Amino acid sequence: MKPAACEYVAARDLDHALQVLAQAGGDAKILAGGQSLMPMLNFRLLNPAILLDINRIAGLDRIIVKRDMVTIGPLVRHRTTATHPVIAKYFPILTKAMTHVAHHTIRNRGTFVGSLCHADPAAELPMMALLLNAEIEISSATGKRLVSARDFFLGPLVTVLEPQEMVTSVDLPFTSSSTGWGFEEFARRHGDYALAAVAVTLSRRRNQARHVRIAVMGVGETPLRMTAAEEVMDRNNLDALADVVEAIRRAVKPATDLHASAEYRRHLVGVLAGRAIAAAWGSAQ
Amino acid sequence: MTVVSVTVNRTVYRRDVEDRLLLSDFLRNDLSLTGTHVGCEHGVCGACTVIVDGYSVRSCLLLAVQTDGAVVETVEGLGTTEALNPLQKAFQDHHALQCGFCTPGFLMACTDMLRRLPLTTDAEIREALSGNLCRCTGYEHIVNAVRDAVRKRGPL
Ligand SMILES: Cc1cc2nc3c(=O)[nH]c(=O)nc-3n(C[C@H](O)[C@H](O)[C@H](O)COP(=O)(O)OP(=O)(O)OC[C@H]3O[C@@H](n4cnc5c(N)ncnc54)[C@H](O)[C@@H]3O)c2cc1C
Ligand code: FES
Ligand code: FES
Repeated sequence: MKPAACEYVAARDLDHALQVLAQAGGDAKILAGGQSLMPMLNFRLLNPAILLDINRIAGLDRIIVKRDMVTIGPLVRHRTTATHPVIAKYFPILTKAMTHVAHHTIRNRGTFVGSLCHADPAAELPMMALLLNAEIEISSATGKRLVSARDFFLGPLVTVLEPQEMVTSVDLPFTSSSTGWGFEEFARRHGDYALAAVAVTLSRRRNQARHVRIAVMGVGETPLRMTAAEEVMDRNNLDALADVVEAIRRAVKPATDLHASAEYRRHLVGVLAGRAIAAAWGSAQ
Repeated sequence: MTVVSVTVNRTVYRRDVEDRLLLSDFLRNDLSLTGTHVGCEHGVCGACTVIVDGYSVRSCLLLAVQTDGAVVETVEGLGTTEALNPLQKAFQDHHALQCGFCTPGFLMACTDMLRRLPLTTDAEIREALSGNLCRCTGYEHIVNAVRDAVRKRGPL
């Protein structure tokens, strides 16, 4: 399995990259870590005329801390996100999620932004972007737009990105330091794509849950926010857990594939949610 | 075609390559360095693992043109048959290979991990090895070999 013939262009800077995308008439693909794109080229599922390598553009590999958010650049590798002290301090749930993303060698190349753009329905980072209310900056030769994670994912491997557009950064707004969190995933082998995962954050005031966020993946065509279940949990405590789990099982749309049946996934996501919510409750201050 | 200049195991190679050529095929076919094995060609098996600019990578998921100016380490750069390096010796001592197809990938992934990860517990070693497939050994001996290599390396 080898890629079909294509023209390789190494972008010198962001402007160059956006120019190439604009002039390619929709037939260019951005090459970031290549850990999802290269398999698709090798399988010849894709055959772009131009492969636009952004790896030589300086300065895209940074996690920048601002007053109320961190900004993740398009070349921040999984290994950096997984070990970054600022991420560990402000988003411990993301540090935890990173331990489930692929394997050591894949994490050396794969990028946070590439994972969002690839939009695999069983990937951790699209779910985390949804949970953390990420804002995605999309640039093209003609301008910029900001899209929230809720509106970014359209279907399996499909996002709102147009062919001439590039994601130039992702903002993760801070949550309060008293926020509790829980992350649960089940995969057939550590580091493989998950059968299902659940991520939860909430805060606690006078024995009541507030600001409840619940995101799931592996049980729909995109990662999903469980808004109905979030409402059931809001201003409630763990006595409501069974109802919250029920609301999640009602809202998800799992499919049957060779790894698991839809019924199994629906059951599994409820079990994982119960554990994640209990952990979030326990760790909230 | 594009000219690339790559340092592989301390030797500089200049070659004209097709843009779509994979690094794995470049190493094996253009440079005749056939120690790097090719299994799945989609990133899953790890047999093609090499080190590029200090980090282990899948050479089947990288284009040769991307390595222009890079420093590449392959299994040929470890020890020789007469003088195995400590990691290779540990693999030999612990019978960490049978057919040997997966071994170059394991050795290069482990070379990177030994430089970078504490690997103090078996759980950590197993997690680190999870990206490479072996169809013969059942992994137990590979874990033993890595544990031994960590002991000889000492703490980071
Ligand atoms: C063996 C294996 C196991 C894996 N396991 C997991 C796992 O358990 N969980 C998980 O989440 N992932 C897993 N992955 C995928 C990995 O996380 C990828 O790194 C990630 O999905 C894509 O990131 P990338 O930088 O490699 O993107 P690339 O492969 O370079 O690109 C992916 C797609 O995004 C587009 N793209 C990239 N950057 C941009 C940008 N800035 N703007 C617009 N479009 C862009 C590309 O054109 C392409 O369509 C695995 C991969 C392998 C090979
Ligand atoms: S051949 Fe590269 S990972 Fe299998
Ligand atoms: S020794 Fe045969 S595949 Fe590992």
